[in-house]
Amino acid sequence: MTLPATLAGAIAAIVIMALVTYLTRAGGVFIMSRVPIGPRVERFINAMAGSVLVAVITPMAVYGDWGARMALVATLLVMLALQKPLPAITAGIVTAALWRML
Amino acid sequence: MSRSTQVARLDLAGIIVGIRRMAPLCLFVVVFGLAFGVAALSRGLSGLEAMLMSALVFAGASQFAALELWGPEIPLLPLIATTFAINARHLLMGAAIQPWLAHLPPAQRYASVVVMSDSNWAMAAADYQKGKTNVGMLVGGGIALWVTWLFGTLLGVLFGSGIEEPQRFGLDVIMGCFLLAMLVGGRRDLSILLPWAAAALAALAAMTWLPDHAHVIVGAVAGGLVGVLLPARKGEKP
Repeated sequence: MTLPATLAGAIAAIVIMALVTYLTRAGGVFIMSRVPIGPRVERFINAMAGSVLVAVITPMAVYGDWGARMALVATLLVMLALQKPLPAITAGIVTAALWRML
Repeated sequence: MSRSTQVARLDLAGIIVGIRRMAPLCLFVVVFGLAFGVAALSRGLSGLEAMLMSALVFAGASQFAALELWGPEIPLLPLIATTFAINARHLLMGAAIQPWLAHLPPAQRYASVVVMSDSNWAMAAADYQKGKTNVGMLVGGGIALWVTWLFGTLLGVLFGSGIEEPQRFGLDVIMGCFLLAMLVGGRRDLSILLPWAAAALAALAAMTWLPDHAHVIVGAVAGGLVGVLLPARKGEKP
């Protein structure tokens, strides 16, 4: 089925998107509140937390252009050296911009 | 006292600290909000509709994806499927910090995740790992991001000739660099590299063989499973 892109149809589509998005945000919390947290579950959660970030970054590292890859390398190096996110992120952005400019 | 028994709390002071800590990243979020506002107008949405989507959905990737489906008719099932697929990672993100939120009253718990997104979740997860008890990073950071996202969209709607190619200025790499910084700033235990390697490989495979956007869920679950399979470290209390 489709919605017409009138004002009412657009608003209905937006509200539906909002509900689906909130269900994903609250759903994980709800499900876990009903799972007893033993040592295995806790180890899964601890490993999964970082893994989410790794999985989000992977496409950028693999399919991004060399500017994007160099940005990740710069961010990693500055973060290891300084342990401060803002300089690390700035280094990444500047690296990508320069790489694409030159 | 093990981490899981710490009592989380949420208060105004913590929220304000969260807002302040998230402020630097918010400067970049304005640019993406602006890009979304411009893109939305070009797809035929009105300014009001663009603002409403940014306010209610607050999920950039799925908002941009929805624009690809927008036309004289809006196909409902593809819209729902796309929105769910792109945001499914929130299921795992919420699950990962649930032990932390468990001590909040339910109303606070489920209200807090209204503003959960990659950035404030990454910082909140790091707080949880470090044993911090105030959930203000999640809520304050989320509020800051939400306001900025809305403001950026407004700018895009009002000044339609804004930045239409953020990648030219390296802005498309902001999110990846930010998440990597959060990752590296977290725990320093080298054994965590195994689950992360599994996550990267699984995400790679998923990108090749599975539908778009499945890679995050697949990678996260793979990393979590490897974490379970690793023997518990000495001294780690169950």
